Amino acid sequence: MENKLLKLIENDATLTPEQLAAMLSKEVGEIKTLIESFERDGVILGRQSLIDWDKTDREYVTAFIEVKIQPQRDRGFDTVAEKIYNYPEVKSLYLMSGGFDFVVMIEGRTMREVAYFVAQKLATIEFVTSTATHFVLKKFKDKGVVYKAPELDEREIGGV
Amino acid sequence: MIDYSKVLSPTVCSIAPSGIRKFFDLLDGRDDVIGLTVGQPDFVTPWHIREAGIASLERGKTYYTSNSGTIQLREAISNYLVRRFDMPRYDPKSEIVVTVGGSEAIDIAMRSLLVPGDEVIIPNPAFVCYEPLVKMTGAVPVIVDTKLEDRFKLTPEALRAAITPRTKLVVLPFPNNPTGAIMTRDELEGIAEVLRDTDIVVLSDEIYAELTFGRRHVSIASLDGMRERTVVVSGFSKAYAMTGWRLGYLCAPEPLTTQMLKLHQYAIMCAPTTAQFAATEAMNNGDADVIEMAEEYDRRRKYIYEGLNAIGIDTFEPEGAFYIWPNIGKFGMSSEEFCQRLLEEQNCAIVPGTAFGPCGEGFARISYAYSVRHITAALERIEAFVKNLK
Repeated sequence: MENKLLKLIENDATLTPEQLAAMLSKEVGEIKTLIESFERDGVILGRQSLIDWDKTDREYVTAFIEVKIQPQRDRGFDTVAEKIYNYPEVKSLYLMSGGFDFVVMIEGRTMREVAYFVAQKLATIEFVTSTATHFVLKKFKDKGVVYKAPELDEREIGGV
Repeated sequence: MIDYSKVLSPTVCSIAPSGIRKFFDLLDGRDDVIGLTVGQPDFVTPWHIREAGIASLERGKTYYTSNSGTIQLREAISNYLVRRFDMPRYDPKSEIVVTVGGSEAIDIAMRSLLVPGDEVIIPNPAFVCYEPLVKMTGAVPVIVDTKLEDRFKLTPEALRAAITPRTKLVVLPFPNNPTGAIMTRDELEGIAEVLRDTDIVVLSDEIYAELTFGRRHVSIASLDGMRERTVVVSGFSKAYAMTGWRLGYLCAPEPLTTQMLKLHQYAIMCAPTTAQFAATEAMNNGDADVIEMAEEYDRRRKYIYEGLNAIGIDTFEPEGAFYIWPNIGKFGMSSEEFCQRLLEEQNCAIVPGTAFGPCGEGFARISYAYSVRHITAALERIEAFVKNLK
């Protein structure tokens, strides 16, 4: 039940406790209590909207950067990770298996701004040994949502 | 000049067009309407199923299949019915016919069985196609109204009262469109008890079998002594969101399928090959999709049930399909008037209950094959409408 509630909220953060309660056959109070405890425990960390910025006049550029580091004795990757994610330009940070250690997603206004961030900030962090920057050309799908205009509901045309 | 009234079949001309379509035509060209009218899923066919159809085209699978469908699909159907519904096994070689939608299966089953004068018992409210298809054979529809106090189920008493020496067929449309009623094993047992020692055949339309909530669908064919007298009709449209692929099937004992297959053979040849490849993938690897979609319908069902009751519309809790059947009798107008005024005053469309037979008077069919957001917007309009009536 908890995971079902979380899945619903994950897919649509606008659902009210009243709606969720009806959909899950629970009391509104129980749903509210659960959501509060999820927030308190850091299970629910925030609520955002998916925006296709390409449909606006906002100029921006996104890059994925592969980062290799030299791990520190006893500290693992956490200290370096913290140094990276504290930059507001960093939108996502993952520790990866495979040929590099971190993948950093950053957003900037221009390619120059991203290049500056990588060269001046990311690459200079202690224990970072190399970076490889990949610019995003087009976003097709994010968080399970395809970036295209919703299609018209044509279902009334057919059937009896 | 040719006189068309002289060349057309009087039987066909006497059949009324679908009452739902009539209502849909009112909506034509209006994009300001929020409707809860449609009888098909809002999901797109899951990608792995679509891809199987595409892959079959890429491999050049563009020929007719065997008349009764590919053996792979018939085997998959046979296994599926045992796996999902604990049904008796149907022989893929001789007891399954793949059809163009469940509708064709209903048509060929009726035409294979019925002669003029036969009587066919049809519980109402029900899907709109049974009655016209019966009339096309010259047989006589015998309508049995199901009632709110019976949770819109067919009762053994009502069935027994409708049976005459001319009764040939009983249509069993459960899970039911439009009421959302289902029949449990015990309730079916009561029906089976009435039919066992007769020569009456059951046409069990189980197209919504995957969409029952709180309990699994039971087929009357799985009850003792019933397989031999039952034609099970189902399809891919509702469970797998495959309406546009037009694919269904029927399962019945060989002496019946042999005759039904001839009608299919001469009228249709075979169901579309691409759809059959997609459907084979659906049957073999689609259980998880069905479960996920059914869970989503269930959440919407609970939401709309609570929503309608909260705004003062007494509503029977549906246990199957994706429709809800609110009682609008207390607002002092006919179902048709209620729905037309709702459309005119609030730009919200639902289908009058009378589209599913005269006993639908006092009710309306609301489909919840829509997103919660859409349902919420529609409920707000319905609420505004009924508040103005008070």
